[in-house]
Amino acid sequence: MIGQARCVVIVLGVAITCAAMESRWLEKVPQADRERANPYEKQPDAIAAGSRLFANYCAQCHGSDALGRGKRPSLRSREVQQATDGEIFWLLRNGNRRRGMPSWNSLPEPSRWQIVAYIKSLGESRAGEPARETEEKHR
Amino acid sequence: MLGVILFVVLNALFAPVSVLAQEPPYFITYSDYMEEPGNLDITLKSLNGTPKYGNPFLSQTLELEYGAKGWWTTEVYLAGQHTSNDSTIFTGWRWENRVRPLSGEHFINPVFYVEYENVSSPDKSLLEITGHDSMSDLLLTNAQGRSKTERSLETKLILSSKARGWDISENFIAEKDLNESEPWEFGYALGISRPLALAARGSACLLCPENFSAGAELYGGLGTAEGFGLRATSHYFGPTIQFRVPRGPNISFSPNFGLNDNSLGVLFRFEVSYEVPQIFHHWRAR
Repeated sequence: MIGQARCVVIVLGVAITCAAMESRWLEKVPQADRERANPYEKQPDAIAAGSRLFANYCAQCHGSDALGRGKRPSLRSREVQQATDGEIFWLLRNGNRRRGMPSWNSLPEPSRWQIVAYIKSLGESRAGEPARETEEKHR
Repeated sequence: MLGVILFVVLNALFAPVSVLAQEPPYFITYSDYMEEPGNLDITLKSLNGTPKYGNPFLSQTLELEYGAKGWWTTEVYLAGQHTSNDSTIFTGWRWENRVRPLSGEHFINPVFYVEYENVSSPDKSLLEITGHDSMSDLLLTNAQGRSKTERSLETKLILSSKARGWDISENFIAEKDLNESEPWEFGYALGISRPLALAARGSACLLCPENFSAGAELYGGLGTAEGFGLRATSHYFGPTIQFRVPRGPNISFSPNFGLNDNSLGVLFRFEVSYEVPQIFHHWRAR
């Protein structure tokens, strides 16, 4: 009985830790990076360019609709959409390697800002939008 | 082994999409770039050269690079070569692992590299220059050299920085022959590159500047533990250019010029790489 209780506590502990890690990257962002402004914010040309870059580099994991695939998170979640441009840019630069997110520092800085502009243009996902895997099957 | 290669090639051919790699246009130098987790990069490297007093050769290397984790990339190489007036032979294989110890980006990003090599003496892939490697190594006939297989351990310290779109990478190489009691051999590789445009265009285009990167590489030997230095080894320098075909392969070319009498006059390097995204995801989805 005590053994089972220990197992439950361990499993709960791991689950809580994993859940906490999901948003941990946001806590790591330095204040100066948080406040960085996107030089391409809401510019239609930059959003179009960001869309092409997203298709080339990001859609493989996050899906072409950015709603996520499998364990790869949605970029239209409230957490991402409410993050500042600077915070998303910081994540693209540094990655979150332990969680499978590579650094995209090899992409030039203006290109990364274009991707941020595109992601923020998508807005939060709403009910009724296509499910992740359904959309994948149509590709 | 043949089955694995067949699976990989077929998967690459029939995968619904390919993606662009963000790899710099280097042939010898490694940057801090790690393969995206779950992606498989299939690369065919060609090297053509004509040693003085020797026969022209064409070396082919198949490279399979897999992103095991965000911080760990593993690769297998299969190499062979054809020498004019001689023969065509398989020269061996290599297994390479790269690990990035630090999370996040820094002014200088280090990567540790460990490789096990099992290649025969006629190998002409010249994936690095170490010790006292020189043109004379390339004059052996395939029959003379194929019976001698070198098993060695190679390590590299890779340092890489990014600034204003430029990639600047430095590699320090140390290699130990595991067959014979030879001293450690050393080498170096330096690379600098930049995309031709830093921002992408709004409309799709094939030949727009952001699809090209250009740079230069300098590499060579540094002698051995018993005789360290730039002498009695070979050194090369060359410009390099890469074309990233949208939704297609990366194509790179570089002429490398020998900088001393131990080096070949010119080497022509050509590479085509194709990235299969999330290879096991596609496999499972079928």
